[in-house]
Order: sequence, then structure tokens, then C-alpha cells
Amino acid sequence: MNYELVIGLETHVELSTESKIFCSCGGHSAAKEPNDCVCPACSGMPGMLPVMNKHVVELAVTAGLMLNCDINRYTTFDKKNYYYPDLPCAYQITQLNHPICTNGCVTLKTSAGTRDIRIKQIHMEEDAGKLVHGGKYSYVDFNRTSVPLIEIVTQPDFRSAEEVVTYLNKLKSMFRSGGISECEEGAMRCDVNISVRPEGSEEFGVRTEIKNMSSFEAIEKAIRYEAQRHIDALEFETEELVQETRRFDDASGKTFAMRNKETEADYRYFPDANLMPIIIDDEWLEEIKANKPAAVDEKAENYRLAGISDKEIDMLISNHKISKLLDDIVAMGVNAKDGASWILTDCAGILRKDGKTLNDLVITAEKLYAVIKMVDNGDINRNAGKKILIAVVEQDVDPVAFCKEQGLDKKFDVSAIEAVIDKAIAENPQSVADYKSGKVKAIQALFGACMKELKGAGDPAVIKTLLEEKLK
Amino acid sequence: MNYYKTKIGNGNIAVDDTILVKDAEAAAGSKMLTGFKPLFSAEAVTRLENKGYQIAGKTNVGEFGLDLLGEFSYGAEADGVLKGAAAEAVANGEVKAALAVDMNGSARRAAAVSGVDFLKPTYGTVSRYGVISCAASGEQIGVYAKNANGIKDIMDVIAGHDEKDGTSLRNESYDYSFTAVSGKKVAIIKELSEKADAETKARINAFADSLRASGVTVEEISFDVFDTANTAWQILMTAETCNNISRYDGVKFGHRAKEYKNIDELYVNSRTEGFNFLTKAVIMYGSDVLSKNRYEACYDKSLKVRRVLAEKFEELIKQYDAILTPASSKTAYEAYNIHEAFGKVFNESAFTALANLIGIPALVCSGVQLMGKHFSEGLLLGLADAVERKGE
Ligand SMILES: [Zn+2]
Repeated sequence: MNYELVIGLETHVELSTESKIFCSCGGHSAAKEPNDCVCPACSGMPGMLPVMNKHVVELAVTAGLMLNCDINRYTTFDKKNYYYPDLPCAYQITQLNHPICTNGCVTLKTSAGTRDIRIKQIHMEEDAGKLVHGGKYSYVDFNRTSVPLIEIVTQPDFRSAEEVVTYLNKLKSMFRSGGISECEEGAMRCDVNISVRPEGSEEFGVRTEIKNMSSFEAIEKAIRYEAQRHIDALEFETEELVQETRRFDDASGKTFAMRNKETEADYRYFPDANLMPIIIDDEWLEEIKANKPAAVDEKAENYRLAGISDKEIDMLISNHKISKLLDDIVAMGVNAKDGASWILTDCAGILRKDGKTLNDLVITAEKLYAVIKMVDNGDINRNAGKKILIAVVEQDVDPVAFCKEQGLDKKFDVSAIEAVIDKAIAENPQSVADYKSGKVKAIQALFGACMKELKGAGDPAVIKTLLEEKLK
Repeated sequence: MNYYKTKIGNGNIAVDDTILVKDAEAAAGSKMLTGFKPLFSAEAVTRLENKGYQIAGKTNVGEFGLDLLGEFSYGAEADGVLKGAAAEAVANGEVKAALAVDMNGSARRAAAVSGVDFLKPTYGTVSRYGVISCAASGEQIGVYAKNANGIKDIMDVIAGHDEKDGTSLRNESYDYSFTAVSGKKVAIIKELSEKADAETKARINAFADSLRASGVTVEEISFDVFDTANTAWQILMTAETCNNISRYDGVKFGHRAKEYKNIDELYVNSRTEGFNFLTKAVIMYGSDVLSKNRYEACYDKSLKVRRVLAEKFEELIKQYDAILTPASSKTAYEAYNIHEAFGKVFNESAFTALANLIGIPALVCSGVQLMGKHFSEGLLLGLADAVERKGE
């Protein structure tokens, strides 16, 4: 018999905010040592109250807009109770009854064609800390507690592991380009709900949940293993399937049932009285919409039309900072293809020399634009432009001032000035003769001719010195 | 009587042990928090200090403020006649005023027993930043003083918006000037008067006569919501308390059991040793009303009762400016066995729970209680002041 795979996903994504969700501690990526980013609030000390980080709401709404969700204008927080040492308050603040986004949809392109995956909801919540086990003791690190997460819950619409991985890659590039999450290692974690049923059947089979996986490769492997286990159970009656929570063991490539104790907990959810309901009014929603970056597909298409290569588009789409830099200089008047090459080839090359990547790039759109404009205007050649760019990227110098200082501008270039002087001498033989015969004032006519040729941009002292030398 | 859990200095303000003062041990009357020293002061404390007030010390409270009037404070259990430490410190002139958390009636009962004034202001007017929180949706810092003027002085300083508390109302300041009382209408609540003893009833009548002498109309009416309000509040209060004190688990600070073999035993043993019987009863009750099978019938229903009673009170207060009730069923309490505590507190909270449930202000004065609509503190203080000036 042929079987159909039915999969639903719950994906936790860590948001790229400067501070945690309910306190002003920096995100855990800022932490160098365990418990670096911890305050009385996120370590559960009495007396502290959660204060909502507005940016978290904005990023969650942006994610909802990208996934075509309804944005709920009234959204509330609930408490989920359980004891674990990495959870300082013994409850997690999350959203149960009024999540921020519902009813979304995302379209996937896979080898099987175009597929729509329905998004059930997106909700905001805080992350837990981390336990570090060493010798006789376990240690608690609260750097990650209260780091903001969104959880994206799909309907059971996936029919293959390939679709799941395509979806996750799509989320990743969307969220990176939208500045929602860096989606680094471990910043995206998935719970996979999986069942199989005879092809054509409308009823769902027995469902198992594989918890907490972060590598896409592991997710794919886990789905393939679990699907086969279900099919074997149905086909050959190898075992009786039960609804349960399982974990995937990377080393053996198998899934194992978790203890029941962990799965049958009653979390005693109830509303958090410390956090007032959040009302998203029209004005705020419009503001968030206005700041929302273009949808990934649309953005990629625009780059393609501008003649940017597919490889470059991939680099741009996956890096919000870099694509924004390009969009900014294009808005100032730089050609998109040209701009992409300045960033992805020239800037990247400079950084690579120091073992850095584009993620380390620190340059304002204004400075990059100034360099490109000087080249485009013909004030300097491209080589000079690259020299200036190195100084800007490495030492953050002012490009125009640096260009003058180094005499890279043609108008300050001695050889260029010499050419103008030679021309003036050739075209004004009478003045040259007068000067040589002792009429010193005759040099003024030659000087004037040079200045006219240089459109007044030359340094008078330099011209004068060079002119006197030539006339000796 | 020993007022203090921790003596701080020769100040004029006492602060109950559920309110934080930087670096001063804050145990909320519990063994569980023994040795806990906060890194910051409550917003109300900071505001007072900024105005030149000084904190004398942390007064004893019953564990997490859950008992009748502070009798089950770890290491300071009461015997004989029961009195609240902060209320007594004010009554005896030890301090000018005291701050206490009004959560399940203990502060108001203590004021009635000691004969001092206590105001539980409108929910959201005084920041809860720095309160060892139990029932977030209804607890509020209140003020003990000898009279209405003393309360006004402190409220003028501590009330107002605080961005560190998400439930703090946006108002920058409030007006606690006394409202003129002549021509106002006050209702005595029949159902609550009937629950009180003869001496308490006599206090209600004396207070009513004194109000009438100031031109206030006082009449007795029936308004039978207080038992319902109490049941709803006990459900919300125990659930929220159970949740908020679950962070005291022996892992991070406070008491940790000496004997444990694994993390489960660390939790169970530390909490078994750290909490008293009453707190454990509240935890059991609170976690039961939040459990899957009971949530809708208990917790969710109580939230609905809160909304309905708020509307009912609003209707009533269109006809009357304030209500006059006992703050407790009697004028004095004797020490008793802790195993009876849950029932005793439950019964007594019928007088106090409505104000916590729907967030209205309540003022205890001359051993009785006045309640009014949100932000009616100026009127309640005016009524109290009228009676207090008559008594002088
Ligand atoms: Zn923090």
C-alpha cells in the first residue's frame, strides 16, 4: 500500500532585538561569559515586573505580515507553569489565548510543484536559560532567559521531508532579509508533528511529536526515520503506534520515546496579570507595514531585473544589513548591479584579507556612495576608488578628504597638472618668450590658461611651482 | 511588641517586609526567603526617600501576607492578642506612617484592630515595583497613618505613574485633597453588618451618626455581592500566589534544604521546609483551580465574576457616593492554631475582597471601612477627616 506523510511544524525563532523581551538586558549574543546578561528581572528575583519590549511586537507583526497572517489587534500574555532550574520564575511567559498573528499562508516551490502551507498562528514568548553540566554539579546560565522568541505553528500541511526543509530555508531567508532574526546556529528550533495514513485517506493516523531539533539536516533525517517507523508499524505490525513525544538521536539516526512524565504535564496556563493587553491600533500597524522590507520573492526579482547574478542575489537576500546598504545607495542614484559589485566583490575582498566577512562590514551608505560617485563622475579612476574604499572600510576615513590628502583626485594629480601646463606652454609661445626674456609678469597669462583648463579646481601654489620649474 | 524583622535606622516610616528596601533583608515573613537582600528599593520607598523621609525598618508580616494580621511570621509567631506590627508601630507613635501591601485583608484588619487609618488606593496608582508579589491582579501598596491627613501626606509622594510597572496607570499624579462631604450619600451594607459582632456594629453606628452630623445622608441597603466577591478573589489570589511564589525553589536564593539527592528532591525538600502550613494550603488550592479540569469552572469563572461585580458596583455607586462596612467581623483576635488559618482568613476576607477584586479604593478609619469608586480617595479621606475632627 502507498502511504502519505502528514507533518505539522512548530518553529521557534529567536528575534534580533537589542534587549530581552521584558527587561533591558542585552540579548545573549552580547554575552561573553555565563550570566553576563542578567538582571533581577530575568533571573526571577522578587519585586521586579516584566515590561514589554515594543520592538518584539513589531518584529512579530512583521513576521506575520511576511507570512500573510491576520494581525490580531488585541493580544495578551499567559503564564505556563513548570519547574526546571533554567526557568528562574518557574513559569514561562507566552501567548495561549490571544496570539499576535493567526491564519497565514506560505507558498513553497518544490520538485512536486507549488504547495501552500497554512500557518495556524504566530505567538511571542520568552526563552529559557541553559544548564551546563560539569562533574558533580550542574550550573545555570541565565544569559538566554527572556530572550524573545516567536513560535510559528503550521497546520499539518507538509507531505514530505523535502517540503519541510524548503519551508525552513524559506523562513530563514525571509527572516534574515527582514531583520527579524539572524537565524544563526540554534536560533531556529523545531518540533515536528508527524503521522502517516494510506494514500487517499482523509483520516489522520496516530501522531508523534519529535521535539527540539535545530539542524535542518537532523530534521530531515528524523522525519525520514520516523515516517518509516510509522509505515513499518502499519504495514508489518512491527509495533503499536502511540501518541507520544520523542527525541531524535543524531548519532544513531533514530528517534526515542521520552519519559511520559515530561509529556503529560499540566502546564496550568493562565493570564499574566503583570502585562496589560497590547492593542495594535491602525496607526501603529501602518507604521510597521511601512517599515516592513519587501517580500523576499519580490526583492529577489527586483535584483534579477537589475542584472544582478543569482549567486549575488542569494548573498544579498540572506543578509539584511547588506541588502539594506545596497538598497540605500541605489536610492541615492547608484546603479544596482554596479553597487552590488562594489559591496559583494570590493568590500568583501577587503574584509577577507583580514579574515573577516561581510557581516563585519561597517560602512555608512553615505560614505560608500561618495566613493562610487567620485569614480562615476570621472573624478578618480576605479583603482583610486578601491584605494579610498580600503581606507574607509579599515579606518572609517572621510572618502573625499582622504582622496584630496592622498592626491588621488586627478585635479590634484601632479602628472595631470603637468599635462595641462605643457599644453598652456605649447599654446602660448609669446608669453613663454616674454617670460624668458625677463618679463616675469608674463607668467600670469600662462597661469590663467592652466586655471581655465582645470576649471579652477587646481591648487594655485602647486601649479605656480610646477610652471616656474617648466619655464626654467 | 517587636515591630521589626529588620531595623534600618531612626526613620519616621516603617515598611512591611513584603516591600523591598535596598540591601535590607526582605523575607516576606517566610523562612523560604531568609537572607535574601534585594539589589534595589521599591519605587514607593525611593519616592519617599527622595522627599526626605527615612525608613525606620522592615515590620514583621505573616508569611507572604496571607494570614489574618501577621500572626504567622517566621521567627516571630504571635501569641495572646493578635496585632499587626506596622499598624501598632503607627498607633504607638514609633513612626509617622507605614507602607504595607494590601492583598488579602491583613493590612486593613490590622488597622481596624489597632485603631489607625489605612488606605488601600485604587489599583494601579502606586507602583508595585519592589513588592514581593503574590496576587498581581489585585494587590496594592497602601498606607497606615494616625489620621486622614497623615495618609494624604504619604499618598501625595508615592502615587503616580512608574514605567517599571506595566500595570501602573498613566496618570502622572493624583489629587488627594479632601472632598467636602456635606450632601453626600453613604450606604451601610446590611449583609456585611450582619456578619459582624455587636461591638463592630456599634462602631458602624457611631461612625454613621458622626457623618450625619456633618451633613451626610447615611442609609442601610442590601448589596449581596461580598461572599461571591470573596470566593472569586480567593480563587484568583491563591492561583496567582501559587504561581508567583513558585520561583522560591531553593535553586537561586533563600532557603535550600540540606538533604537532597536530585533536583526534584531539592525543590520538594526546600519548599517543604521553607513554607508554613497556610502557604502550602494556598499553593494546593491555587494549583488546583488552575488545573486543566477545573480551570473553566474556577479561574475563568472568577474572571467573569470580577467583570460582573465591577459593573454591579458601578451601578450602585451611581446612587451612593461611598459604602460603609466593617473591616473585620470583630474588634480583637486571639492566637490560634495555624491549621485553622485558611478557613479563618477566608471568612474574614469577605469584608475586604471586593476592593482587591475590582480595584476600588478602601479606607479603614475608626475601626470601620469606607469604599468608593475608582479614584474616589479624596472623598473617602474627606469622610474620614470629618469624623476624626468631630472626635477630637
Ligand atoms: Zn534582564
